[in-house]
Amino acid sequence: MTTAVVERGPGASLASPGRGRRKIKNGVATTVITLCFLVALVPLVWLLWTVISRGWHVIVKSSWWTGTERGIGYRDPGGGAYHAIIGTLEQVALCTVISVPIGLLVGVYLVEYGRGALSRVTSFMVDILTGIPSIVAALFIYAVFITTLHGQRAAWLVSLALVMLMLPVIVRTTEEMLKLVPNELREASYALGVRKWKTILRVVMPTAFSGLITGIVLGIARVAGETAPLLILVGYASGLNTNLFSGFQGSLPGMINDQFTNLGSGNKAYGLDANGNRVLIHNYAPDRLWGTALTLVIIVMALNLIARLVGRFNKVAN
Amino acid sequence: MTDPTSTGATGPRLTVNKDEPPLSPPSIAGESVVPRGAGGDSLGDDPTAPPIDRPASAVVGSAQPLGVSTLEKSPVLGAGSVAAGGKKQFADRIFAGLASGASGFVIILVALVAVFLVIKAVPALGDDKVNFLTSRDWDVAGHRFGIVDLLWVTVIISILAMAIAVPISIGIALFITHYAPRRLARPVAYVIDLLAAIPSIVYGIWGIIVLAPKLEPVQRALYHLSGIPIFKNKGYTTGTIFDGGVVLAIMILPIVTAISRDVFERTPRTNIEAAWALGATKWEMVRMAVLPYGRPGVISGAMLGLGRALGETIALYLILSKPSAGPFSFSIFYGGETFASKIANNAQEFSTPTQTGAYIAAGLVLFVLTFVVNAAARWIVNRRREFS
Amino acid sequence: MKLYRAGVIAGLIAGVVALAACSSTKNSGSSSTTPAGGASTTGSSSSSTVDCATGTLNAEGSTAQTNAMTQWINDYQKKCGGATINYNPTGSGAGVKNFNAGQVDFGGSDSALDPTKGEVAAAQKRCGAPAYDLPMVVGPIGVAFKVNGVDTLTMTPDVIAKIFAGKISTWNDPAIKALNSSANLPATKITVFFRSDSSGTTQNFEKYLKATAPTVFTATPDKDSSKSGWVGQGKAKSQGVAQAISTTEGSIGYVEYSFAVQDNLSVAAVDNGGGPVKLSKDTASAALSSAKVTGTGGDLTLKLDYATKAAGAYPIILVTYEIACSKYTDAAKGKLVKSFLSYTATGGQAALPGLGYAPLPSDLQSKVTQSIAGIS
Repeated sequence: MTTAVVERGPGASLASPGRGRRKIKNGVATTVITLCFLVALVPLVWLLWTVISRGWHVIVKSSWWTGTERGIGYRDPGGGAYHAIIGTLEQVALCTVISVPIGLLVGVYLVEYGRGALSRVTSFMVDILTGIPSIVAALFIYAVFITTLHGQRAAWLVSLALVMLMLPVIVRTTEEMLKLVPNELREASYALGVRKWKTILRVVMPTAFSGLITGIVLGIARVAGETAPLLILVGYASGLNTNLFSGFQGSLPGMINDQFTNLGSGNKAYGLDANGNRVLIHNYAPDRLWGTALTLVIIVMALNLIARLVGRFNKVAN
Repeated sequence: MTDPTSTGATGPRLTVNKDEPPLSPPSIAGESVVPRGAGGDSLGDDPTAPPIDRPASAVVGSAQPLGVSTLEKSPVLGAGSVAAGGKKQFADRIFAGLASGASGFVIILVALVAVFLVIKAVPALGDDKVNFLTSRDWDVAGHRFGIVDLLWVTVIISILAMAIAVPISIGIALFITHYAPRRLARPVAYVIDLLAAIPSIVYGIWGIIVLAPKLEPVQRALYHLSGIPIFKNKGYTTGTIFDGGVVLAIMILPIVTAISRDVFERTPRTNIEAAWALGATKWEMVRMAVLPYGRPGVISGAMLGLGRALGETIALYLILSKPSAGPFSFSIFYGGETFASKIANNAQEFSTPTQTGAYIAAGLVLFVLTFVVNAAARWIVNRRREFS
Repeated sequence: MKLYRAGVIAGLIAGVVALAACSSTKNSGSSSTTPAGGASTTGSSSSSTVDCATGTLNAEGSTAQTNAMTQWINDYQKKCGGATINYNPTGSGAGVKNFNAGQVDFGGSDSALDPTKGEVAAAQKRCGAPAYDLPMVVGPIGVAFKVNGVDTLTMTPDVIAKIFAGKISTWNDPAIKALNSSANLPATKITVFFRSDSSGTTQNFEKYLKATAPTVFTATPDKDSSKSGWVGQGKAKSQGVAQAISTTEGSIGYVEYSFAVQDNLSVAAVDNGGGPVKLSKDTASAALSSAKVTGTGGDLTLKLDYATKAAGAYPIILVTYEIACSKYTDAAKGKLVKSFLSYTATGGQAALPGLGYAPLPSDLQSKVTQSIAGIS
């Protein structure tokens, strides 16, 4: 693998005094770069392997996708992540519905309209938004909706906190993608007498369409695994609750956190019998923890694939 | 491994290959060589990059806050002339209004956050019996909170993560864009992208359960350098700043890699070909064409990673041991709490305004810290642009 | 063409939403009728009939009683199909805070409402009636250790406090040897582990040391371990402390009994002056017998006697309270709280020993059931 890519440049024929040294340098650089890659691959593969090898046998059971954790303790087999999947999907969906229009419009503003103070300030504010840690975003929402407005904790507040994390990602993506649209296209459209808003909606944004979609997916990936807002803004329910606006709600990161409490040293654990004597038991918490982690990764991966398919479709339509 | 960074740290582009007199720099100096480059490249009709690969690579790259791209043109070139020429239609106004309204929303949102943080933090700071910025004390019940320890741990753990992640990321990005066979490059890039989507709670659990015990021998080996204060043996096995830094490095690796990869990929074909034409070896081509072109992007990617490292909460909450009160230590083989992990450790203690305020004040410092990092990166990139 | 594209997105979104909506309605119906998953291993289905109520309760608080709550909710829901109860183990502070803010229907806490912090007044305001602190679970805290070749150890409060303060730093220290003449103690350095996150376990452990070894432990007991003056390392959650002890030779730490059991850690016997007492459900229950009820009316706030010298009483315990309104504005809620808590105080107590807790002593249990009977 390494040898195949060492020398591709046509520079080999150049006869100069430093040639030997240059070749050695080149070889060293190639080795170092390849090594970098291999070194990085170790933890990456290791982590994925840990999650997959410890989680796959949990998620292949159909009950995982249809059952909930309602009434299932760490010593009980069975149960599923359905409640958590629905919770996460709902929270992320609401967050996306709010973030996408605002994010796209801000991106459009910055690229197509942005001149002067408002544009500079907006750009600056988006930078600040990028730097807000999730726990601070969650605290802000908590202070506004619960301490100030005396609302109830509920899953939709999580969505609001996630909006603050998703917005900058979408704005920046949109901005970059629209900038990549060549001005010739805009000029051609204007030359045909097309209005600016129509040009943006019908020419500029469709051209950047696949990029915008992948940006949105990146935003989703950014927020789908966030744990901090969940800890503060909604309780974890082990049963199904489809109502975003009332009560506790399960979620995948919340479920991971919940299972971590009883993780122990692995499946082999000790418990007590009714008389208080130590007995060997099977601890199901580790299985569920890694199963949940794998589920979350799979969902994000699926979203990613959908986005790619949309992108491909778009190219074909063009 | 240190080569890419040392190159990245050299000054303006013209000095890059001063040790190679036979190769004349000016001919490959800038991105201004061919005007068509920016537009043509960006649409994805570059034969070296399959169309589908474009959006994928742009995904993470576009998340960079610093606006590094191949563009030198004004984004509103055509629009301005039309708007100036004719009177605006109603629909035009509505759309423009919506767009600027959305911008206004973002501005108000951030202003609200800032106002809230300050309002909540100020009374607590007023109650503070020690100096907030210079004290090591953190006793919220006794109204004594100083952030020295938190600041130190937050900064050192992030620096450690950067020191590990950035050189490796640059290496991976170069490998994917210029060294690996294309068949291999795309799946690899995809896998690394996916890692950015792994939730930090999973990194945390994996880090403390699986990785930390395996890092212990490394730690013990480094004790031989314990003459240097940062390698001092403090008797910790797992849960050290070192463990946290390594996990953070792995977490930010995909971010820095993706952005570096994106800018390296966008190196104008002409620059690369010019280097080949001069008889450069592959590494010389990379140093002359790819690295100088991508430097601002790499910096911005690194800064984005740094921002994430500074604010990372749940992974460090699970990994880091909390040291007992004692004399200050510079050692990275010591426990500690960052701003974010401190807040998470005590999230259930927000019962009185002063207690909440103390943690919000800590959050405010974190917020300012990440902001300064972002601003610095923007400044660096802008300055670079002026040079080129 | 553009319309087509827009249609594709709209279709995709609609599809996903519809899919989620369809399957969720279908399943919410089925999951309440079908018992999900397998049976509990520590079934306590034998005793007493339950006076069922219907509806949903949200509760949160102490992590120390998590496993008891999970078990109780499981059993209760099996008996009462129309009830859903969620317990979120976020910590005692959050339990009190969110109960007083009206965020949850009852709270779980390792310490009773504190009048000096205005918690009692806030609870009164939230309920429109007095709130009750109802002791429900006795959680023994084990001083767990890992020393090669040593399974049993006896410790006095003074020795424990000195170990945590770093004044005793090796296992073969004369002070430890004097108490354990038969044990083969190595010269290993002692590594101390404590909780890094704020926790009622830390607070109760500190209260114990403060009451029994005040000359060594001088700090004010607090949930946050920052001011404890201890040596060693703080780990996140009970799970983290237990894990650290089980993987570190020569280590010691305090952890709730169930977590010590889970990792099969050895737990020291404690000698308060009345002879060494091993940790068990009976010895922990016995320690509660010497506690005084200081609450008035239906409130059953306890004052624990950490320094008890009673023979056979294991003194390092924490008691978790359920904090509930004496009167709920929503009568249906009140009925469900009453029904559920009645179950936990009576039939539910039998499940506790299997989970590493101790049941309430019978005299206290009757007081608790009496208070619960007054909830409406």
